[in-house]
Amino acid sequence: MVTPVAGTAPQPAAGFAVDFRGVSHRYDLDGRPLPVLQQIDLTVQPGEFLALLGPSGCGKSTLLRLAAGLEKPVAGEAQADGAAISGPDPSRVLVFQDPTLFPWRSVRDNVAVGPQARGILAASQKRIDDALRLVKLDAFASAFPHQLSGGMAQRAALARALVNDPRLLLLDEPLGRLDSLTRLTMQEELLSLWRQARYTVILVTHDVEEALLLSQRIVVLTERPARVKAEVVVDLPYPRRRDDPRIVARRQEILETLGFSS
Amino acid sequence: MSVAVEQRDDSAALAPVLGGAVWRHGLIAAAAWIVAALVTVALPDVVPWGSRDLFAGSLLAGAAVLAVLAFLIGRVGRLSSWLVRYGPWFIALGVWFALWELITAKFGWLPKPFFSPPHGLLHVYVVDWQRLLICIAYTARLWSIGFAGGIVLGFVGGVALGWSKSFAYWGMPILKLIGPVPASAWIPATFFLFPTTFQASIFLVALASGIPVAILTASGINTVNRAYYDVARTLGADNRFLVLRVAIPAALPNVFVGLFMGLYYSFAVLVVAEMLGAKYGLGWYLQFQTAYSAYANVYAALVVMALICSGLVKLLFLVRDRLLGWQKGVVQW
Ligand SMILES: Nc1ncnc2c1ncn2[C@@H]1O[C@H](COP(=O)(O)OP(=O)(O)O)[C@@H](O)[C@H]1O
Ligand SMILES: [Mg+2]
Repeated sequence: MVTPVAGTAPQPAAGFAVDFRGVSHRYDLDGRPLPVLQQIDLTVQPGEFLALLGPSGCGKSTLLRLAAGLEKPVAGEAQADGAAISGPDPSRVLVFQDPTLFPWRSVRDNVAVGPQARGILAASQKRIDDALRLVKLDAFASAFPHQLSGGMAQRAALARALVNDPRLLLLDEPLGRLDSLTRLTMQEELLSLWRQARYTVILVTHDVEEALLLSQRIVVLTERPARVKAEVVVDLPYPRRRDDPRIVARRQEILETLGFSS
Repeated sequence: MSVAVEQRDDSAALAPVLGGAVWRHGLIAAAAWIVAALVTVALPDVVPWGSRDLFAGSLLAGAAVLAVLAFLIGRVGRLSSWLVRYGPWFIALGVWFALWELITAKFGWLPKPFFSPPHGLLHVYVVDWQRLLICIAYTARLWSIGFAGGIVLGFVGGVALGWSKSFAYWGMPILKLIGPVPASAWIPATFFLFPTTFQASIFLVALASGIPVAILTASGINTVNRAYYDVARTLGADNRFLVLRVAIPAALPNVFVGLFMGLYYSFAVLVVAEMLGAKYGLGWYLQFQTAYSAYANVYAALVVMALICSGLVKLLFLVRDRLLGWQKGVVQW
């Protein structure tokens, strides 16, 4: 079976508690301000698996970029364990919808970017191999990104994030581009990885069912500028089945919140 | 192309009969070279150019080698695929030598001092080889210092221009302004700026090779996918890492386009650069011989320059393929 990345290391650090406190953000679009987030108040428990749903273009990715520290909010504050998030840090990693592997690096060297950037490459060789094994890419360590399928590339991107032992994993529609079978396998893998390491996950998805199968709580956002519109707690044991009547009922509820009544 | 394929097919079919395949293009090429040799010796020259018999002899020797290879094609290993591929070129070369002899030396259709038959060029090498070798050495010294300096400075400058907004603000307009200025326009300034003419010549070569490298490196770094920086930053990369390990590798394909352009420009500028009081050098040789209307010498030196330049281009391709192997499958060359 799969083993956690930190094979011999002591228990990986528990997940971050994440707080969005009155967070507002806007972009500059051709000289005019485009308000994207409006007064978001949201608390994520340490080790929680939270899913974000919302209309496309409402600001979900922006929220993740704030949590990753790639962007600073124009008002309010994003916090990790009570401390303001002021810049990117490998303890909070973002996995994008596009795998965005570096095409000039082999799969292994892609996974090694984090340790290399932090100057601990030599000490991290075993962790890198473990991370590759974790996502079942050890046989493709020396392959280049253009030689991978979409699912393999996304798994490599996941390994590149996990090798840093993140305490917060931000997933921005990471399975959005995969075919439905690969998607199902990857969902199971994401789940089992999270259940072993105890990091906090914020998953952005456009797939209500995916949110219901994976997360403990679903936050639904409004149209841009996004506010929190509804919250659905999914207090069901894992593994979940998509034909479970409780899942079906919640699915209906969420679709109605999103404006689809059927 | 289809001819070559057909040919390989039926030589394969004949192989058991003949005890080995025959390279038919090789035989035709040998015949063409023999015809060229006959044209060279059988018809009188309108004026003597020298080395006529040597040229005819070389053609015959070449024809003999081609004929032997035609029968040994199955036993020369990797050379055989190269020979088969360029078979039609060997034929064309023989035909071209014959025609070239006819229109210059034999019928005198082309105006005489300006065009020389192939054995006229050969005669230049026979008579003037020592001076040509010295010229090659001088040019090699000038070119390698100028090109190396130019591409290093161009690359570093290009990275700075592509990375730093303030560098780009001041540097880009200047670069765009001086980029199109022809090398010869710099001559007065270089005389003033550099104590020796050799340094001035190096400057011109460096300028010609550095500017395209700088412009393409800068644009390559400008067009790097921003998402690469985001990924690297969330993984803990500092600015140094972003420049050296993200921006530069991502821009490398563009840098190589600049290097190829710089290589061509640096050769084109050699004549001008060696105008500045050089005592030897291929560019100097070209001017000197042009001034004396020794056009055979001019062509002979041009052939040498073209061969050296294409050899260097080939070398650069090898380096690029080594460094940018990851691009295969991403981009179609
Ligand atoms: N860098 C940017 N500059 C200007 N507008 C942006 C930028 N990034 C995103 N936007 C805009 O902000 C809005 C929200 O974007 P995003 O957070 O990516 O939405 P989502 O992920 O929910 O689809 C969109 O309308 C998008 O066009
Ligand atoms: Mg998005």
